[in-house]
Order: sequence, then C-alpha cells, then structure tokens
Amino acid sequence: MLRYVIKRLLLMIPTLFGAAVLIFLLMRTIPGDICYLRLAAGGGSVVQDVLDNCRRELGLDQPMWMQFWTFIKGLITFDFGKSMWTNRPIIDEIALRFQLSLQVAIMATLTAVLIAIPLGTIAAVKQNTWIDYFVRTFTIAGIAMPSFWLGILIILTILVTSKAWFGVPWMPPIRYVPIWQDPWYNLSMLIWPALATGYRYSAVATRMTRSALLEVLREDYVRTARAKGLYEKLVINRHALRNALLPVVTVVGIEFAFLMGGLVVTEQVFNLNGLGKLFVESVLNHDYAMTQFLVMMVVAIFAFTNFVVDICYAWLDPRIRYTR
Amino acid sequence: MQTTAEGAAKPLSGEVLSSHAAAKTGKPVLEIENLSVQFRSSHGLVRAVENVGYTVHPGEMVAIVGESGSGKSVSALTIMRLLAQTAEITSGTVVFDGRDLLKLSDEEMRRVRGHHVSMIFQEPMTSLNPVLKIGLQIMEPLFIHLKMSPEEAKARAIELLTLVGITDPESRLEQYPHQLSGGMRQRVMIAIGLACNPKLLIADEPTTALDVTIQAQILELMKDLSRRLGIAVIIITHNLGIVARYADRVNVMYAARIVESGTAEEVFGNARHPYARGLLSAVPRLDRGRAMRLQTIEGAPPNLLKPPEGCRFRPRCRFAIDKCTINPPLVEFEPGHCAACHRSAELESIDKPVAASHETIGAVANGGSGPILQLKDVTKFFPISGGFFQAKKLVRAVNNVTLDIAPGETLGLVGESGCGKSTLGRVVLRLDDPTDGKILFEGADLANAGADQMLAVRKKMQVIFQDPFSSLNPRMTVGEIIAEPMRVHQILPKEKIHDRVAELLSLVGLHGYMADRYPHQLSGGQRQRVGIARALSVNPKFIVCDEAVSALDVSIQGQVINLLEGLQQKLGLSYLFIAHDLAVVRHISHKVAVMYLGKIVEYAPADELFANPKHPYTQALLAAAPIPDPVIERSRPRRIITGELPSPLRPPPGCVFNPRCPLAVENCRKEIPALRELGPKHWVACSEV
Repeated sequence: MLRYVIKRLLLMIPTLFGAAVLIFLLMRTIPGDICYLRLAAGGGSVVQDVLDNCRRELGLDQPMWMQFWTFIKGLITFDFGKSMWTNRPIIDEIALRFQLSLQVAIMATLTAVLIAIPLGTIAAVKQNTWIDYFVRTFTIAGIAMPSFWLGILIILTILVTSKAWFGVPWMPPIRYVPIWQDPWYNLSMLIWPALATGYRYSAVATRMTRSALLEVLREDYVRTARAKGLYEKLVINRHALRNALLPVVTVVGIEFAFLMGGLVVTEQVFNLNGLGKLFVESVLNHDYAMTQFLVMMVVAIFAFTNFVVDICYAWLDPRIRYTR
Repeated sequence: MQTTAEGAAKPLSGEVLSSHAAAKTGKPVLEIENLSVQFRSSHGLVRAVENVGYTVHPGEMVAIVGESGSGKSVSALTIMRLLAQTAEITSGTVVFDGRDLLKLSDEEMRRVRGHHVSMIFQEPMTSLNPVLKIGLQIMEPLFIHLKMSPEEAKARAIELLTLVGITDPESRLEQYPHQLSGGMRQRVMIAIGLACNPKLLIADEPTTALDVTIQAQILELMKDLSRRLGIAVIIITHNLGIVARYADRVNVMYAARIVESGTAEEVFGNARHPYARGLLSAVPRLDRGRAMRLQTIEGAPPNLLKPPEGCRFRPRCRFAIDKCTINPPLVEFEPGHCAACHRSAELESIDKPVAASHETIGAVANGGSGPILQLKDVTKFFPISGGFFQAKKLVRAVNNVTLDIAPGETLGLVGESGCGKSTLGRVVLRLDDPTDGKILFEGADLANAGADQMLAVRKKMQVIFQDPFSSLNPRMTVGEIIAEPMRVHQILPKEKIHDRVAELLSLVGLHGYMADRYPHQLSGGQRQRVGIARALSVNPKFIVCDEAVSALDVSIQGQVINLLEGLQQKLGLSYLFIAHDLAVVRHISHKVAVMYLGKIVEYAPADELFANPKHPYTQALLAAAPIPDPVIERSRPRRIITGELPSPLRPPPGCVFNPRCPLAVENCRKEIPALRELGPKHWVACSEV
C-alpha cells in the first residue's frame, strides 16, 4: 500500500513538468507582451527605450531558455516571484483568493456528495417509480441550468424574501473574511455560491451514482447477498454501494479540481474575488508570471486530486490495493 | 438420517442406490407442484416455466437437466424467490418443510434464504463480492440468521472452510476473493451455503466455469457433504455426465416443461421421451471413439415467445404423429418414472438408436505425403512487466512443443484452462509470434515469415473461435462476413462472390437467404456455422478450432461436430482442435496431445490414448471426466487428483506435474522428463511409467 502511494506521488512529477513546458511556450506564442500593453495600450506611442527598460526589469529580454530556467527554479524553490502587473509577490496576491476558492470548492463538494449519494441510491433502488422519475428530473434540471443563472436566482430570492419578511432587503456580505475570524459572516457569504455550484455538481454525481448502482445491482454477488438472506438495507449499503462508488469518486475528484480555478462567471455573479477572476485578468494583462503560476497551481491541484482519487480507489477496492 | 450416517461410514462409490431407496420413504423436504412462471418483455409474454413439479427428499441429489433457455434456472430461482422483477409466478406451490414459500411475506422469505435453503451459482469469479473479505462474507448469514457473536461466527467460519477442504482457513478469512482461484472460490460459496446448516442446497451449474479436475473435486465434495449432513441438493446442469455420476433423480426439462423424470438409471437406461433419448445419443462420450457418428437432434429449441402447439418437441421429433398437437401429460408409467410423450410406451420398439448410429466415418484421406503442419520445439514466453520497481517475469505459456498434423487429420489438443493450448493455437496462426522454435507449414517455416509470406499462408490456414457471439462483427451481414476474406485475398472476381457465399452457406447447413441477416438474428449454433463458413471461404487446408463447440448446447454441439467431420471428409481438411472437453476431443480427433502448464505430457493416436493412458495427468483427467451412463459411472473407480494448476509464473522445478502427481518421487522434483515413445506413436513425458 505504501509503495502504491509513493509510486502515485512520483508519477505526478512528469505531469507537472510537462504542464510547465506547455504553459511557458503557450504564453509566449500570444502576440504582444505585458510591457507594450501596460505602456502603450491606450493607443499612445512609447519610446523604444522605455519599452526595453520595462522588459529588462521583468527579465523578458533574456533568452527563452534562461526565462524558462528562472521559472522552473522558482517552482522548485517555492519562490514564485512577483506579479508582472501589480508588482506584488504572487503569494500575497493569491493568499486570500486561494482560501476563498478552496472553501467554496469544499463546501460545494460537500453539498454535492450529501445530495448525490442518498439521492442516486434511492433512485437506483426504486428504479422506474415516481421517486426515480423525480430524481431524474431534478438532476436533468441541475445539469441544464447554468450555475451563474441559478446564482442570480438565489440572490433575487434572498432580496425579495428578506424584504417581504423583515421589511429590509438583506444581501450576503461581499467582503471576504476567513472562516476562523468570523464563521457566521463567512458562511453567510459563501454558502450561496456553494449551493449554486453544488447543485449542478450534485446532478452529475447523482446520475453517476444511480447508473453505477443500477449496474452493480445486476451483479452476481448482489444476488449472492440476497440469497444469503441479508436485509435489503445491508445488501445495498454493504454489498452494492461500495462497488458503485468507484466511478462516483472519479467524477467528484474532477469536479472538485475544476471548481478550484474554473468558477469565473459564478464568482462574478456573487462578486467574489476568487481565483477564476484573477485567472482571467492575468491572462488579459499578459501577466506571464501570474498566469504561469496559476496554471501550475491548477495542474498541481488536478494531479493531487487524481492522487487522492487513486488512493480512494485502493481503499475501496482491494484488487487495486494488492496487485500494484 | 440413518442412511446418511451409513453413507459417511462407507467409501464414496457404489452406495447411491441404497441411500436413495431409503430416502424416498421419508417425507420430502421440497415439493413443487404445477409451477408456472412468465416474463413480460417488450416482445411479448415468455412462459419460462410451465406446470413444473418435482419433489426432493432429504439427503437426495436431484438433477434438473436441460439446454439453455429451458427454464431450469428460473425454476430454481423461483424456489428462492430471487426472480427478476419482470417475472410473474402464475400458478403453483413450492412447499418447503410444510410451508408454501410462494405465500410467505418478503420478511419471512428472507429468513428462509441462506438459513434453511441456500444457493450456489455458476460463476465463482463474480458470485463473491470483490471488495469484502472472505471471512465477512461467510459470517454474514451467521450474524443475521443465527445471531452469533463475532467470536462464535469466526470459529464457525473456520470450521466451514475446513469442511470444504480449504487449507489454512484462519488466514483465508482475511483474504479477498481475487486472491483465490476459481475452485477455491466455489468452495467458499459452498461454505457460505452450508453456514446455517440448511436443509436444501440449490446449485445452479456449480462447476460449468471450472476445469474438469476441479469440477470433480467440487462435485465430490458436494455429494459427500450432502450424504454426511443429510442435505438435499438440487443440481442444475446441462452436463449429462455429471448427472449420471452424481444424481439420484433426474428431471429433464425442454422448452419450459419437464418432459421426463425418474431415477438416473431409469432415465439413462430406458429413456421414454424422444428428447431425452436424442440428448443421450447426441453427446460425445469418452467411452466411444470417432468411428460412431453422433446422432443429433435436428433443429433448435423453440422460441418461447411463440412456442409450438401441443408437444413442444414436436417440430424436432422423429416420431411425431397427429396426436402430438395435443399437449401430452407427464404420465407415470412405472413407479417413479414419468415421461410426457404420447408414444412413450412404443418408443422402445420404434427407435433403434444403436443400429442407426453405426454409420461410420471414412478413413483418413492421407495420401502418404508428409505432414501439413509440423511444430518443432515451439516456445512462447510472455514477459510480464512488474512496473517501475520489479524485475520482469516470464510466463512460460508454451514450452518446447513438438507436434505434427497430417493432411486430412485432426489433432486434438486438450488441457485445463491456463495450460497454454490457446496460446499454441495463436502461435501456429502467427497471431502471436513464437519466442523460439519452428512452425513448418507445408515445409516452409512460418516462425520468422514476413508479412507478405504470411498473407499468402493465411489463405490456407483459418481459425474458428469459441464464442459465436463476439467473434462475428455485429454491424456486418452474414454475407459480408463470409465474403470479406474472399475480397481481402482476391480469390474470386466480385460478381461470383455472391454465389459462392450462398454455396458456403448451404455447405454449413444454412439457407442462402440468411446472407442478408445480421449475427444477432441468428442462434448460437447458426452463428458458429457462419464462423465455419467464413473460415472455409478461402478454401483453406488447415483450420484451428479453438474451443469451437464449447459454448454450444448439447444438441447443437453434436450438429456442429458432425458438420466439422463431414467437411473434413469432403474437403480433406486438417484440424487442430483445441478443447477442454475430453469427450468432444475423443470423438473428433485422430491424434490427441495432452498439455499441462505449457508442456505436452502425452501424445498418441486417440484410441490408444483413451484406451491406454500412461501419464498420471492424462489418467487423472480421464477419471475426472464423467461419462453419461450411471451404470458405468457407478462402477468406475474414482481417483480425483487434488490441488490446482500452479501459476505459470512460478512453475514447479522438475516435472511440472509433480506437486499433484500420485507417482511423484524425489527425482521428479529435479529432472524434467523428456517425451519418450512407449508404444507405437505413443509419447509420454513421465519417468515413472
């Protein structure tokens, strides 16, 4: 088991390196650079010297391999440099946003899993009854509805109902405070985006749970479990569900990693200053250092989530645990 | 109970009659009457079981025999009330221990399942939950039904594993199913079935997925346990040999109905239904050579969506008369022996099976020329990469095999799963490249032949695969499937291909119009015929038949074997016939090679090998394979070899068979025995015979 874990961890290194090469090259194929954008974007003209000076300051005059080496060295030594746009250390720029995005992702995942597994299970067990139809409709709606639209709906509902009940319209706070400073304030802000994204997320996971469980319920060992005279509850929970969870874990893992960098529009709707927004801004600004860092971070999160998914697989399925 | 005690005290063989006679006087443990089950499907109503009734007494082993789709499994699942939700029980009673199981509530039924009645399924590979430990899976019914404490349950689980012959039971409890072999898993299933001391054990094809030596071990175990513990056993099978060897009573099912029932001796010795008689003459037997042509039942079982009126067997029956359009009742014409046929009384006089089946098969068309195929020291090793940190391992799938096949001859290659017989077939066809050795086909070595040379050779060598369901492309019509090789090899001009397809279809006993059908529209037997037609389309001289009849039902299997033999005579084909079923190999082969763990252990003309087996492994295989005749079976000595096939990754040193061999001496563990010629053309790789 330990060997399996170490092997999985080592396998992350080539993935990360490949991603680093790719993003470094891709960023430099985009026409225009940050200095030009910063100094001459308004259509004004700049003296070549000023541009050269700016490029020298940011290290963009150095040969490509040298820039790449600086980038890789920074990654290895955890010295991620400064944002080329704001000139603040990247770590400082990221810190609060990372916390926020991570918290939203975790809360959305919890929402999704807590909805998906019971709902998917009951839909599979009661296949082709009104319960199943209800669950299927509910999940189809979840997949079809964009989360930002659901977000707008949520905000409007809050406004309208709070006005109707208390006479004063209430809005979720918009200034991020870490959860350990003011949990109530923090949650009252982040629960809404978590619900909005968690609903869509849960819809995917519910459908996966349902179909995986339906498949497992047809397996011979489920029939064996019934032939042993086990309670139906035990047949489902112990014998079927555990086998059905493997694909669900994969879906949950991928969705979680996606939420960490991909919530651009939803963040906009709830006015959150998260990673998604930062991502878009830094790309538009040609902020090489920031974009490279963000991409590497998302890649690392994906790789790590996959690693956790693999560990879950091994934990759920002894065949994986023992044969590797 | 007295009889079971007797049975345990005496040796295994020869006691069946007395125990059966005594058992019959007691009260039956299970009485099924007038049971009918139907399934609703989108195509209509399928009556899977109709008016079925039988009784089972304590300590008795009752067999339900029939081909696939005859309703034998459905009737058994009905006893357990484990049918799919689309099933509907329309009539009948299933009285177990004085209670009608069909009238119990779900909760009452749950308390019966696994406690008083338990069930063993066909596939040991998938019947155990892969993510739970063996121990928990055995203990579950103990917790639920007997309310045992964890300590009691563990002790009982160890006791059960010992009972079913699993060594080192305590550490097995902590293992997962994938760590056990198929035979071991089936033993675990039996242990689970026996956990709460049931009165009735239902075994649905318990050994179909297992090798013949393991099959014998498992069935001996079940028979022994049923005697010792007085458990009634219902065994559902398509294998008549198993029935003859182990069953006390037999119920033959055909198209949802029981057509004949009686003691094994009565049914096998004096069958009164044409289907039962046909089945018995259609099955290849270990004690009959290739001289006798199989007398098969023509046609295929009816579609239960639209069954024929009256007797279901009428369209295939040679003795059908007008009266047969009225459904014949199951009539008891001698005590305990029933048949559902209007002509059962006169059947003995009008049916002369033995005389009819003496139609012999012509001698080999061997023009004295050299062998068409010669294998010299053919070897195939598969490297298994152990990942980043492990050294590479070698699977010695085929190890120094030397064989030859003459034109017009059939070489049978037998062995258990994992012995390398299919790999050898693939190497001969160059679907896999040999690691070493020579493959001389018509004198030219194929071992290192290039792509061009192989393309030319492939016209002369063809293959028929085991699974008629997956070896035909579902998106091509039968005509396209058969025409494809002709187009690839440009054997015929385009315009003539259509006629040739029709000709090939009629050659394999299909109709020309079937060329426009898709594989899913055909039955299993018809699909296998299409596979044969495809192989024949390029006019090959040599065909590898890799388990070509294993997936087919008995009556269909006989038809395909006859077809293969007929084609051989007509076209002078040579076959490499790879199979695990000894009786089939015996029937079809001129020469037989027995393979064990990548090596040929015995190689001789078929009649010589089966009459006079020398190698202990061949002897064990023959002893393990049952003959469908209870009289012969009950007089045969039973020597069941123990143990299982070792991993080909770590073959035992010396003779590969030595860990399981009754004759093994010290030297067998050191020296690898070479093939020696003991009689004319009779080669044996054993130093102790």
